Amino acid sequence: MNSATTTPILEARNVSKSFGKFKALQNISTSFMPGTLTAIIGPNGAGKSTFFNVLSGAFPPSSGQILFNGKDITGLQQHEFARTGISKSFQITNVFKQLTVHENVRVAAQMETARYNFIRNAQSYAEPIDLADQLLRRVNLEHLRNKKTGDLAHGQQRALEIAMALACNPNLLLLDEPTAGMSPEETLVMMDLIKTLANERTVILVEHKMKLIMGLCKRIIVLHHGEFLAEGTPEEIQNNAEVRRVYLGQG
Amino acid sequence: MNSLFQIIARHRVLASTAFLAIFPFIMPYEALAINILIFGLFAMGFNLLFGYMGLLSFGHAAFLGIGSYFTGIAIVHYGVPWAAAILIGIVGAAIGGLMMGFLAIRTRGIYFSMVTLALGQIVYYIFYKAESFTGGENGLRGVRVDTFNIFGIPVDFLNPLVKYYIILFFVVIAIWLISRILNSPLGAVMEAIRENEKRAAACGFDVAKTKLLVFVLSAAICGLAGSLRALHLSIVPIDSLHYLQSGQAVMMSILGGMGTFFGPFIGAAVMLYLEDVVTTFTKHWMAVVGLVFMFFVLFFPKGIWGTILSRLHIGRGSK
Repeated sequence: MNSATTTPILEARNVSKSFGKFKALQNISTSFMPGTLTAIIGPNGAGKSTFFNVLSGAFPPSSGQILFNGKDITGLQQHEFARTGISKSFQITNVFKQLTVHENVRVAAQMETARYNFIRNAQSYAEPIDLADQLLRRVNLEHLRNKKTGDLAHGQQRALEIAMALACNPNLLLLDEPTAGMSPEETLVMMDLIKTLANERTVILVEHKMKLIMGLCKRIIVLHHGEFLAEGTPEEIQNNAEVRRVYLGQG
Repeated sequence: MNSLFQIIARHRVLASTAFLAIFPFIMPYEALAINILIFGLFAMGFNLLFGYMGLLSFGHAAFLGIGSYFTGIAIVHYGVPWAAAILIGIVGAAIGGLMMGFLAIRTRGIYFSMVTLALGQIVYYIFYKAESFTGGENGLRGVRVDTFNIFGIPVDFLNPLVKYYIILFFVVIAIWLISRILNSPLGAVMEAIRENEKRAAACGFDVAKTKLLVFVLSAAICGLAGSLRALHLSIVPIDSLHYLQSGQAVMMSILGGMGTFFGPFIGAAVMLYLEDVVTTFTKHWMAVVGLVFMFFVLFFPKGIWGTILSRLHIGRGSK
């Protein structure tokens, strides 16, 4: 093994996060290897979303470190996380509703090429436009290209979010409950999409529905009451007595 | 009808130039047309920040005023040629915008509005007190531009129609610039920030920096409006800096249609025309303008131009 494959792409060291007196995360350490697909699960209030937000740069941890490819990125701002190659999708759909579907992805795609140019015509930047079209085909939204995003169905908006998250060509993709609120059919399509995405890049996904991820990923991390509970393959997790008690037992 | 509006929306700079070229002949007198031109530009510059990026500033009178005073002071106290004085007004407003923006963009929502209002009042106070430069309460008098030559051709700035077209020249450049900004990559980022700040940041955009840049651009355009107003009135009244001017920009944008290209200009035209007509009957013109404003806010919240666009299904998602 060479060093490139032994350095985790993302590492959390003794990460804690408190909101006032409430300790949402307590001393969590874990790492994610490049090219893997990992799911973070846990019952409601386990601290999944807080952990996700810390890993994706929405807010810094109260203590502890976040390392990206071995480099300390703790405390960087959200947009700096995106520029280092960490992209994310939100649990609650966050899209630009008044813009067209294509504009949504194009804006995300122009981050590298044109952030502050206010004189050139945006139509003259071929690269972000082509990339946006490519990504829309990928998430099956190309037929809605010129529709106003606010008019799209919920599942379509979620798919659009994935396309936007991919637009900055991230090395690491973080997805917060990507199938939240989706119909069973939409969920299946999304799961297939995530499977193909995971072949190209590292994916970390937070999920509430345990059944969904059992067939999807090789590694699962379980959080409970803001603490690290267990980690392992889907089989190991299913057979872990403690996990069954706090999680599966709830039915 | 529909296709006409579509052509106007697509070739917006050309359409507005053509319309404004004949505008003084529709208006009862030229001074009103010039006033509408200036406040239309002021509202358009304000709308860049308010309508397109979703930041409600209540301090934009500062930039109208700084533009006016800097141009006026340059001409009155330093004898600077008028064209250079306009540039000084724009630069002054842009620097003012940089300072006010730097302090204000850290806040959000109502706090942003309050901070800009307070900073605008500070600017008012500074110019009010600097009497030797600004004339204080009496305003800065003697901003005279008479006749000058452009490529050897004598131009009589005191002729109202000539003055209109000189001012129009600068307004058209600014309208062209605004159109470029909206079509640029930054234009898309501005709207993205208005729609969803969190998402824009997650896409890698520095929200604070983008807000500051747009704040400065908006201030510079409003500064140009102020500069032109100083030349038009040949005096800089202290009310240029009054927060009522900031309120006026908000009203004009909403009345015409915030976040639309022509909306603020149309709002300015309707308000100032109404003011002009109603004052011939009663001094309580503000009550009438207020009623019209309320009518539109209640029944046509998209404003005049915004309602036309949406009735005709012009705009995004229908091209």
